[in-house]
Amino acid sequence: AAAMVMNADLRRERAAATFQPELLTHVLDGGAERTRRRREIEALVVNDPDFQHEDLNFLSRSQRYEQAIRKSSLMVMKLRERGIVDPDEIYMFKSFVHRGHPEPLDLHLGMFLPTLLTQATPEQQDRFFMPAWNLEIIGTYAQTEMGHGTHLRGLETTATYDPATQEFILNSPTVTSIKWWPGGLGKTSNHAIVLAQLYTQGQCKGLHAFVVPIRHLDTHEPLPGITVGDIGPKFGYDEMDNGYLKMDNFRIPRENMLMKYAQVEPDGTYVKPLSDKLTYGTMVFIRSIIVGDSARALSRACTIAIRYSAVRHQSEIKAGEPEPQILDYQTQQYKLFPLLATAYAFHFVGTYIKDTYRRISADIIDGDLSELPELHALTAGLKAFSSWIANSGIEECRMACGGHGYSRCSGLPDIYVTFTPSCTYEGENTVMMLQTARFLIKSYTQVSSGQRVSGMVSYLNDLPRQHIQPQHVAARPVTVLINDPVSLLEAYKARAARLVEAAAKNLQAELNHRKSKEDAWNMTSVDLVRASDAHCHYVTVKLFTAKLSEISNAAVRAVMTDLCLLYALYGISKNTGDFLQAGILTNTQINQVNQRVKELLAIIRPNAVALVDSFDFSDHCLGSVLGRYDGNVYENMFEWAKKSPLNKTEVHESFHKHLKPMQAKL
Amino acid sequence: GVNPDLAGERLAASFSVELLTASLDGSAERTRSRRAIVEAIESDPVFSQENQYFQSQNERYEAAVKRAVYLQKKIREMGWTENSPEIQHIHRCLSGDIALVLHRIFKRSISVLGSDKQIDKWIPLASDYQIIGSYAQTELGHGTYLQGLETTAVFDAATQEFILNTPKISAMKWWPGDMGRSATHTVVFAQLYVHGKCYGVHPFILQIRSLQDHSPCPGVTVGDIGPKMSFQHTDNGFLQLQNVRVPRENMLSKFCEVQPDGTYVRWGSQKINYFTMTSVRISVLADEVILPLMKACTIAIRYSAVRRQSKLKPGEQEAKILDYQTQQQKLLPQLATAYAFHFINIYLHELFNRGYQEIQGKNFDSLPELHAFSSGFKALVTQHGTSGVEICLRACGGHGYSLLSGLPSLYTRIIASCIYEGENTVLLLQTARFLIKCFVAASAGQPIPPSVTYLSSVKPGKCPAKDKVDFLSPEIYLKAYEQMAIRLISSSAAKLQHLIQSGVAKYEAWNQCTVQLEKAAKAHCHYITVKNFVETVQKLDNKAGIQKIMKHLCDLFALHGIFSNTGDFLYDGYLTAAHIDLVTASYLDLLAVIRKDAVPLVDAFDFTDKSLNSALGCYDGQVYQRLYEWAQKSPTNQQGNPAYGKYLKPLLQNTLSKL
Repeated sequence: AAAMVMNADLRRERAAATFQPELLTHVLDGGAERTRRRREIEALVVNDPDFQHEDLNFLSRSQRYEQAIRKSSLMVMKLRERGIVDPDEIYMFKSFVHRGHPEPLDLHLGMFLPTLLTQATPEQQDRFFMPAWNLEIIGTYAQTEMGHGTHLRGLETTATYDPATQEFILNSPTVTSIKWWPGGLGKTSNHAIVLAQLYTQGQCKGLHAFVVPIRHLDTHEPLPGITVGDIGPKFGYDEMDNGYLKMDNFRIPRENMLMKYAQVEPDGTYVKPLSDKLTYGTMVFIRSIIVGDSARALSRACTIAIRYSAVRHQSEIKAGEPEPQILDYQTQQYKLFPLLATAYAFHFVGTYIKDTYRRISADIIDGDLSELPELHALTAGLKAFSSWIANSGIEECRMACGGHGYSRCSGLPDIYVTFTPSCTYEGENTVMMLQTARFLIKSYTQVSSGQRVSGMVSYLNDLPRQHIQPQHVAARPVTVLINDPVSLLEAYKARAARLVEAAAKNLQAELNHRKSKEDAWNMTSVDLVRASDAHCHYVTVKLFTAKLSEISNAAVRAVMTDLCLLYALYGISKNTGDFLQAGILTNTQINQVNQRVKELLAIIRPNAVALVDSFDFSDHCLGSVLGRYDGNVYENMFEWAKKSPLNKTEVHESFHKHLKPMQAKL
Repeated sequence: GVNPDLAGERLAASFSVELLTASLDGSAERTRSRRAIVEAIESDPVFSQENQYFQSQNERYEAAVKRAVYLQKKIREMGWTENSPEIQHIHRCLSGDIALVLHRIFKRSISVLGSDKQIDKWIPLASDYQIIGSYAQTELGHGTYLQGLETTAVFDAATQEFILNTPKISAMKWWPGDMGRSATHTVVFAQLYVHGKCYGVHPFILQIRSLQDHSPCPGVTVGDIGPKMSFQHTDNGFLQLQNVRVPRENMLSKFCEVQPDGTYVRWGSQKINYFTMTSVRISVLADEVILPLMKACTIAIRYSAVRRQSKLKPGEQEAKILDYQTQQQKLLPQLATAYAFHFINIYLHELFNRGYQEIQGKNFDSLPELHAFSSGFKALVTQHGTSGVEICLRACGGHGYSLLSGLPSLYTRIIASCIYEGENTVLLLQTARFLIKCFVAASAGQPIPPSVTYLSSVKPGKCPAKDKVDFLSPEIYLKAYEQMAIRLISSSAAKLQHLIQSGVAKYEAWNQCTVQLEKAAKAHCHYITVKNFVETVQKLDNKAGIQKIMKHLCDLFALHGIFSNTGDFLYDGYLTAAHIDLVTASYLDLLAVIRKDAVPLVDAFDFTDKSLNSALGCYDGQVYQRLYEWAQKSPTNQQGNPAYGKYLKPLLQNTLSKL
């Protein structure tokens, strides 16, 4: 099968592209050198026989867990052998080893070790960090409980200090307080950093982190007082042993509380930490990764759906002619190309947040946290905005592949179930949108009281000036040019400003009617989410537009300009109500927008395959029979199916057990 | 005991749950008989689905076969008959988690497409399960577009046989249920060739496996197509044929026949067959789409009344998440949609029963309308049903992703409905074709079918609403929907005509308008759904608060549709920007009103805990306890951890390099 020639349709598509995909790949990676290094790392993994295994689709959950553990163990060793230490490169290596899936050591590497680094005292570093670094200790991070997730203050686990023995007594006092969901907790870890309400001298001091041994270092059996296990099957995440943890009067020494900031002294005296803003930093970082994940997951789905749509022929457009590629149907283009544009947009947004975070990280270390609140607010919203859209986009790609998209061989079900939890973890999306809204309302209030605001919300500064204009809003001269991304950006600004203002006014109206701020906020929250959504949409258009001028190759810039226009115009055509209601666009312009969207579909069509090739996913990483680079879909579907577990024997055992006896009896 | 949070919700109900259940079932008597059947099935451990979330594909398949076999036994014991209401209830409570479903389709296609002689020969064999049937239409390379099928059946006059072949890889049959491992026979659709001439796609009865040892027949390659997003219990299969011969008598020949000398004869009308295909689309809606949506609403709403998160007011207990406006805005429109679809399903069934009687009387006039309706509503209901289930899943936070919530399985199953029985986009474009035809006819003053007469009432105007309560008046919002649907249909028709007049070939003009046409078809179906909801509410008994709560749900369904598509309503100025603010205000008010009855409204669907199979959605609301106990039964906790000895231990003890 490896020697098969490329499918003729795909060959034609690639020959017809107006630009070189390789150059666009460099833009996405951030330079030719980085593309080279990424491929080098992928080759290290792909060519390593230790990382090969049977198709995961045919394995049971236990088998998938076992494979993941095997690969993770080897991965840690090989990373060190090869001296790969750059966090980006480690992340890449890990993604190639696990082909985009989570793995049981994720929490050890991503949370346990970093938390020790940032919150442990030097003495604790000696005691825990080096053994953990050498994997004598495998840890996880146990925060979420069965009854509490996003709302941290509600956590119920307790750690009560006993000065007599200088120990903390850990308890899970209710069913809802059982730690639930932490990755790697179920079967893998022997330690956990547990978040619990600290009680000392009879007073609750709020949430603090404790290092808790949970399994015996030799036998791996749970320690007395610890009940630990796997939470059972989920929607995806088969590799991950998300676990539960129940503690009954489990004692740990006083020195196991992470005490770099807050402390409990031997007599039980509590010493407060200096600042709590620092935790923002980690959250910004992790959420920026989710924006990047949204881009990658959607790019993979688009690659599969667009290549397959170029290979699949169906029905007829014109009677008597051969069946056309389904990519030639306008409805198919309308499903896929806006998603393709979105994937690119999110890629640039993800890069922007990561770069901005890096830039201000230095300031943070110097104690300057001034830029952090805005970035924090923006990242919360963009995490929600991008993951929601990518989530539904992946599903649209799958459905655009018809029945075969539903087969696991398409890879699309797997991309979906792996990605979709990101709408919930690291902050539930609606809650995230409301955090951004809080910042927007605060900025709006500042503007209303005569102050100026800066950064991404600076468009709010224009609002008071607009209100001085005497004419009715709808009568304002309309100057939006629908072929100019910069002009469209103005329309997005106006929409965001209008929705922020509307939410702020409704909030005020509720405040005038009701007693509490909290009720008013709740009664306005649908408006607030809409405002955040419009703000994030504006930011995305802005960052996409800004990227265009950075692209040096003219052919690449031309095709990216088409995509950027499609992204902006499609967004308008999907939200015409907002633009019409605010009088930003007229009916005639909406008509033009809709028309232009369809023209752009036809303009992008010849470059569609090249645009997904530019994402540069290897077949190995894509894991899809429908999305194969060579387009030999049907032959390989058949080969794949033959390996299915149900086909292990020619006659399935249930024939002898059930069907045959039935035929005999009836 | 029942969680006090849920008990409190139930005490506050503004209507009688039991009466609403009876109304949904059709009568109190039907509720009683349904419950009796459900009890008979659920009390039998063979039918328990509790372990399904822990099972592999092989185990799921075997359990489904076992259930199918036991069910046949049970049906005989109980004396139920094939198409009785009892069987419908059984399928409702088994949630379709059973094998040999295609066997019924196999029998139905023989009954509809076969001659009397063929029926006499095959149906008794199938009824006694001497043979197990499947239905092989879809191929690897072709689905919705039947004319493109590539399997061939060439008549050999010398032996009086057809020679069946799948001449290339894309011609292989792919997807048919029960075919991978179970079926002995199948109805194969193939291009018929006689003396070198192609007569199009025809059905043939074909034996694929030995009746003795179940091994594949000579020339037949058959197997399972591998794991899918769901339907692990079903052995969807592939089938390759190499010069497989079947006797001439195996071509199903109610409407046409190949005579011994190779003469091809066609008689009768195939329109009735066309009707059958159309009605299948409607028949899947209730069990495969509307019930899952109702279940998802039940799980998410009950859980939202039990789950507490953050505080709405300082110093108070943490609030139920159902009290958050954003949570209401996610879930309550789905609840309204579930009711709207339940009622539209009744409407469609009535329409089809009437149509069937007319067709029996050889009057085929209503066929195009029925076809357009079945296509459009299949697309609308499956699409909204699917997104509704997903919204419910994501509204349950982290626990929604646990299989034990029941939601992932509901979701992965319902999404298949967007593709099977006709891909939704293709179906909507068929509806659009009908609408354009009717619109053109109406413009020319010709008669059009009753369901679309609104197309001839196109009058520009402005909505008369002045206050937010005006939008609680069905006349007001129905008119807005009507205007919007007419506008989308008429503008598509105008665009199409314009393109054709400017010299664009018809087929190309159609392709250039498909995005608009699809939208127009959706708008039409949405309008009819709202209209039918309004009419249903008007006919409801004004007893025990039922009509009142249904009116609220109807208003919510209608206003949510406007709120979510403001651009389409604003576009031609029928609604103004100020109107949209009124709609929004009214819509948000309704959320708070319906919130109070949310739990009783899902209780009225009357699902047993066993059929919900969800730790989050159980009637007593003891969510956390159930989740904890159920998780402990997971194989990952019941079996040893081989990965520890093999990999973790060497890793922990730094002896990995010795591996």
